[in-house]
Amino acid sequence: MTASLTLVIVAAVLFGTGITVMLERSLTRVLIGFLLVGNGVNLFLFVMAGEPGLAPILGEGDVSELSDPLPQAFVLTAIVINLGITAFMLALIYRSWWLAQLGERGDLIGDEEEIVEDAEETADLYRSSEADDLAVQEVLDASDEDGGRP
Amino acid sequence: MNDALVPLMVLLPLLGAALALMLGRRQRAQMVVSTLVLAAVAVIAAVLLAEVDASGSGVAVAVGAWPPPFGIVLVVDRLAAIMIIISALMLLGVLVYAVGQGIADQHRETPVSIFHPTYLILSAGVFNAFVAGDLFNLYVGFEILLSASYVLLTLGGTGERIRAGVTYIIVSLVSSLFFLSAIALVYGATGTANIAQLSVRIAELPQDVQLILHLLLLIAFGIKAAVFPLSFWLPDSYPTAPAPVTAVFAGLLTKVGVYALIRTETVIFPESDLSTLFLVIGGLTLAVGILGALTQADIKRLLSFTLVSHIGYMIFGIGLASIAGLAATIYYVIHHISVQTTLFLTTGLIERFGGSTSITRLGGLRKASPMLAVLFFVPAMNLGGIPPFSGFLGKVGLFLAGADAAGGTPATETLGTSSPGPDWLIWTVIGVGAATSLVTLYALTRFWNLAFWRPKGELEGYRSRLIDSVQEAPAGATVVATRTTPVPMLAATAALVALTIALTVFAGPLYELSSRAAENLRDATVYVSIVFPNGGAL
Repeated sequence: MTASLTLVIVAAVLFGTGITVMLERSLTRVLIGFLLVGNGVNLFLFVMAGEPGLAPILGEGDVSELSDPLPQAFVLTAIVINLGITAFMLALIYRSWWLAQLGERGDLIGDEEEIVEDAEETADLYRSSEADDLAVQEVLDASDEDGGRP
Repeated sequence: MNDALVPLMVLLPLLGAALALMLGRRQRAQMVVSTLVLAAVAVIAAVLLAEVDASGSGVAVAVGAWPPPFGIVLVVDRLAAIMIIISALMLLGVLVYAVGQGIADQHRETPVSIFHPTYLILSAGVFNAFVAGDLFNLYVGFEILLSASYVLLTLGGTGERIRAGVTYIIVSLVSSLFFLSAIALVYGATGTANIAQLSVRIAELPQDVQLILHLLLLIAFGIKAAVFPLSFWLPDSYPTAPAPVTAVFAGLLTKVGVYALIRTETVIFPESDLSTLFLVIGGLTLAVGILGALTQADIKRLLSFTLVSHIGYMIFGIGLASIAGLAATIYYVIHHISVQTTLFLTTGLIERFGGSTSITRLGGLRKASPMLAVLFFVPAMNLGGIPPFSGFLGKVGLFLAGADAAGGTPATETLGTSSPGPDWLIWTVIGVGAATSLVTLYALTRFWNLAFWRPKGELEGYRSRLIDSVQEAPAGATVVATRTTPVPMLAATAALVALTIALTVFAGPLYELSSRAAENLRDATVYVSIVFPNGGAL
């Protein structure tokens, strides 16, 4: 079997860096490590197709010149699975961060308290944006005065 | 017509999941869908079992009419059909229990409408793994069931469950990476992922390449089957989930790993000889697992450790590499799926009724609820291996098969060309197995004595050497004792207990069925001829 050395080296680097990052404590880094290793494995699967050839479509060329389509199908499936798992992991990481921020209180915040907090936040937002608006207006006025001067 | 039935076992749960998701918050309709789907799968599996048992071989279906080895094949032989039936029955029982619990708690434990769809997807993954005739399809089956299990394990998203879920998910992800790398290497070495074709082509590879591929697959499946030393994750992650979820995980997920191990040993690598490794690992799993169980105060953690420990019996049976060993293993798998699931369901009832799962905080349960006592006592004795029950029969079968293999009885029929490990090793593991059985009995009777027989009044300031050295579960969440046992939960548990008793009563025919299933595994050519009836596996 002939395979591309470049792809093998890239896969090896992905494995190495991925495993190193996976050993960190932070969940986000574990996820990044998993993604790196996952892509390494995908490349690895791809390399196993052997010598690259024409696109595996009937009529494209002689059968012996086509590349092996099966590993490509495997890789596509694996990518889809990785995507789903990544989405779930991100949700899990967010949840775990949320719990870490609020501790045991995380689950106990009542709706009313939340509404009050939300209202305060909104009011803060309005105040700060009003201040911004005023500042912008002042700058505009100043530039108007500058521009208006003959 | 029967060809169409095989893919239905995977398709029905998937379509059911979609339907249940669309039905959203209409719990009753969701319940009807899930129940019907699982019952249908059980019936289909029964029909298929009757057929393959009569024909003596199996059914292979090329999905989308792509001929093997290019397309995906689904293969049902006796072993696969048996596994699917028992899994479908367990899933059905646990579903009724979960619904009962949901109704009683106004869905505090299983709060979301995604429970039913996820549960059905989990079932689809399990069934897919059992019928996969292709290594990559097996991987997809594993991923389906694992993704669903991630969601079920972290249901509700409390801090405790997220913590436990993280361990479980990362370990599972790593094992999936191992599996996928193994598939890549296998494909690179042989140019196929079809299991039947692999069994022919792998035999032509050099010995050392075979060994590497073999070990990689064993690591991937060993993590799933929770075999020592790859079992560390299980007791930390299973007990925190809701009771029905733990029951399903404990009963089924590890057994999917064991099933994959059986297939690996009998079909993919029939020539390669790792019996000694299997015997050593089996013995260590038995011993280390049960020693862990001894120190647990919490019954859920205790049961998780016995779960790990008893996987060792199955590994031992596979390691014997004889027909008798495999027959006993298959019977033991059936027994263990049903008993572990039942015990975890009963534990869920104990938790509701007594407000705790800790041996130090429970008391007087026999008086408070005689029904609960019966439901715990029968499967507990069964797991401990007390004579009339299936646990005893399975263990005796395994030990007899071991003695046959070690004693070198001429009647011993070995699998393929493989030889069993050294005699002294087999005798040692038999000894460890017997000791494990006794220690299991000790751990369970200790729980029985303290939680059921000890009067409630003695609970305050109770001292005993029995519980001097036990450890509580870390961060044990307190459960409010509801003092109720809703009828559906009780009925589901009682039905499963009745099933475990039926496994004992009908042990004769069942054991013969297991022997016939093992007979199919005698030679990889049986499996190959199911997939390639006209030859052409090269």
